[in-house]
Amino acid sequence: MNDQYLKEKEDLYSTENSTTTALKRRSFLKYAGASMAVTALAVAGCSKDDNDFPGMDEGVYLGKGDIAILNYAYALEQLEAAFYTKVAETPYSGISELEKALLTDIRDHEIAHREFFKAALQTSAIPNLEVDFSSINFGSRDSVLATAKAFEDLGVSAYNGAGQLIEKGEYLLLAGKIVSVEARHAALVRDLIQNGSFAGSDVIDMNGLEKSLSPSKVLTAAAPFIKTKINARDLPTY
Amino acid sequence: MNLFEIIKNIEQVDAEIHERLNPRRAAIKALSSFGAKVTLAAIPLAMGGLFKKAYGQTIPQKIIDVLNFALTLEYLEAEFYTKGLAAGGLIPNATAQGAITVIKEHEDQHVAFLKTALGSAAVGKPTFDFTAGGAFSDVFTNYDTFLAVANAFEDTGVRAYKGQAGELMENDDILRYALNIHSVEARHASHIRQMRRARGGAAANLKPWITGANDTGVGAVDHVYAGEDNKVQAGADITSLNGIGGKLSVNAATEAFDEALSKEAVLQIAGLFIVN
Repeated sequence: MNDQYLKEKEDLYSTENSTTTALKRRSFLKYAGASMAVTALAVAGCSKDDNDFPGMDEGVYLGKGDIAILNYAYALEQLEAAFYTKVAETPYSGISELEKALLTDIRDHEIAHREFFKAALQTSAIPNLEVDFSSINFGSRDSVLATAKAFEDLGVSAYNGAGQLIEKGEYLLLAGKIVSVEARHAALVRDLIQNGSFAGSDVIDMNGLEKSLSPSKVLTAAAPFIKTKINARDLPTY
Repeated sequence: MNLFEIIKNIEQVDAEIHERLNPRRAAIKALSSFGAKVTLAAIPLAMGGLFKKAYGQTIPQKIIDVLNFALTLEYLEAEFYTKGLAAGGLIPNATAQGAITVIKEHEDQHVAFLKTALGSAAVGKPTFDFTAGGAFSDVFTNYDTFLAVANAFEDTGVRAYKGQAGELMENDDILRYALNIHSVEARHASHIRQMRRARGGAAANLKPWITGANDTGVGAVDHVYAGEDNKVQAGADITSLNGIGGKLSVNAATEAFDEALSKEAVLQIAGLFIVN
């Protein structure tokens, strides 16, 4: 990154701070890499005119509007499906028959979600993402279930947070059909770790509401597990 | 969501916002004194009431209807678990009591939250009959019946919120709050299903997710699961898609997607438990 670029970045921030579009939906730029901290630049109404930043067009482009949201969901489902596929292939030591059956069910649900998005997006679908599971010990129950819990809780908060960004009612309904299944998974995985922790106060607030996370926050959380660079510059977020 | 940011944004278009909100500025103060029960997260909804006072505008009737519909279901669930916990000897051990208490508290919180949001537009609590006219006559004396009814209530709740999401699209905050309740109901459903599985008997093979249509072993709740066996999403037959070692199974296809239920269908189910 050169000085000119950093200068432009600063200008962007100051421009952003001085606008009165705080309540407006925003697109954002993201530079995601396996080992790179994610930088999310909020750019009000990011359009083609803004394309003169280095790195802007790099990575797998999610698209814009609802297509971007669907590709975003597709990316998360790819991540989950790849994880549970590996879990089922190489069961952790001491896995019970019931756990194996339930985790295999979850694998199939995530594959169903992934394949559904791929089919629904047709030519707009992003390619297969390369995942990075180097931080997970697939032989360890603790490691696998802790990762599963993180993915499922993240998935629920991702769909919860994306709902308001979806323009088309049909897609909102589909997201709704999927998110409750992710929540069922999350509750089960938590109970496998510690029975009774299905809806802990770390994910449910004092109003009995579950967390929502904006797409930019979710992609930041997922970034260490995704090798492929994702270009989310037109992905709606807030 | 930053309250002061919102006020600041409104100031841009309405310099007199503070006066409109309340000449003595007590309204803003009142917002911050709700106490622990209504935390920061509740403020945008509470703002609805505030804006109503300020501009003489109302929350659209369509949204009030959805919120009151949700409130009615939350009343039903909250009272059900309250009575179950109060019934001596019904819930057999401390672990189960702990889980039911967690769920009961969430339902109480949902009631409080929705009532705050609706303000004076909130409907009152109906009178309930949890035996559904005798169909579940031992609901508070037989633990398995209690769990079976809980199972039906939670799965109904999930379907009900899902069915109303589209009605809330014009209001981002309210939509998000509804979604944030929806997933909590799904977590409850998952756990209640696990509790039932652990009891064995008719529920010995029950999963945390819904397989096919009515998988609960309780014929009386068939209508709760009507349409849950759908395997086609947005025109794509899920069983035509590739899984591991072949196409995805019918079970996987139906489990992977929870289906919505119309308000009318939900009210029909809830109506079995409502006396007036």
